[in-house]
Amino acid sequence: MEVLGHFNYWIVVVLMMIGFYALIARGNLIKKIVGLNIFQASVFLLFISFGKVTGGSAPIIAEGIEVYSNPLPHVLILTAIVVGVATTALGLALVVRINERYGTIEETEIAQMDGES
Amino acid sequence: MKHHLIPRVVAKLTIPGILLFALYVQFHGDYGPGGGFQAGVIFGAGFILYGLIFGLQNLRRVAPPAVTTAFIAIGVLVFAGVGIVSQILGGNYLDYDVLAADPHAGQHIGILVVELGVGITVAAVMITIFVTFAGRER
Amino acid sequence: MILAIDIALLVMLAVVGIAIIRLRNLFAVVMLSGIYSLLMAGTFVLLDAVDVAFTEAAVGAGISTVLLLGVLTLTKSREKIPVTTPILPLVTVIVTGGLLIYGTWDLPRFGDPNAPAHRHVAPEYLAEATHETGAPNVVTAVLASYRGYDTLGEVTVIFTAGIGVLLLLSGSGVLRRRDPETPDEKPKSTA
Repeated sequence: MEVLGHFNYWIVVVLMMIGFYALIARGNLIKKIVGLNIFQASVFLLFISFGKVTGGSAPIIAEGIEVYSNPLPHVLILTAIVVGVATTALGLALVVRINERYGTIEETEIAQMDGES
Repeated sequence: MKHHLIPRVVAKLTIPGILLFALYVQFHGDYGPGGGFQAGVIFGAGFILYGLIFGLQNLRRVAPPAVTTAFIAIGVLVFAGVGIVSQILGGNYLDYDVLAADPHAGQHIGILVVELGVGITVAAVMITIFVTFAGRER
Repeated sequence: MILAIDIALLVMLAVVGIAIIRLRNLFAVVMLSGIYSLLMAGTFVLLDAVDVAFTEAAVGAGISTVLLLGVLTLTKSREKIPVTTPILPLVTVIVTGGLLIYGTWDLPRFGDPNAPAHRHVAPEYLAEATHETGAPNVVTAVLASYRGYDTLGEVTVIFTAGIGVLLLLSGSGVLRRRDPETPDEKPKSTA
């Protein structure tokens, strides 16, 4: 991956923007949550790629290995993944309640129903 | 899913293996990849598989919602309790060095119990969320 | 060889992402999101982040997919055709992407061992963690011992998510559909 150099970061930014677009350009609530998941996963990829050291191995101390990758981004992203699943679960619970209340999960129809009331 | 024979048989064979693997990941988190979160998720996934194949009623019988809700809180209390025990024994909050006579042993005990607390809470939360979503009427 | 695998994974990630945007069948979208998490876990392994890959595969490809499928059975499973072309979101996305790429120009070379991120606390943790805590896995040592407070906060976040879902969804569903033509119907089932 070192051959690609900065292209790595740019590809990850493209993935982030794909997720961001799915989040803001589509009205379906489930697709928004899936887009948020894609966005989050791409941000994790960006952070983990900051921690990679050329020629290093996983940060598990073992005999004979000199160079290790940076363990601190891994710790941070572990926490972030778990927080991400908590957000997804709560978001989906809200989607279920919205569906029961409005009968639809399309943002435009919900806004219409709210506007009529 | 009662009338699907192959998923039932495969689930009966693999669910014990999944739960054992979760325990392995939990307690070997010090020596390889793993730890509390991964183990909790895998443990919860074993129960979710049981619920998917054998029905929500059976899952509620095996893991009663009152018990899983209690375990959500028990895991957090175990984690916070380690800190309180450290303070009682004279150190700072969550200072593992004072948990045993030897600081190394203290660190081992501290990390083990803390990861156990994390694993308990994560497994209980995964099972609870699945049962809550699946039990919702349409 | 590693380079070929890496390029293949990144290209597949982009293709899956674009397919998620364009597909209207929500079941396919949920399945593709599980595939996205799995490909992401593979990329993490290439970047030496084995703990993170483990968690991402278990959580993203496992739990998230199950929860999304569970919600899909409770709601409709096809997306409505968008009526207007989304110009403003496209412009926002392009501008944000451009700014982020401009921000990556100052970053050190990929994988540089002398980058500032690897100079400050990380070498100390790598040197001292096994000696002080007795755990060869430095990530677990940092997570559980050096950064125990943060992990306590994280467990509290998971706890809060479980309590939140219980608060929102416990009790059987009371269907009170707001139909524009008829006034409020009686609840179809009681709690």
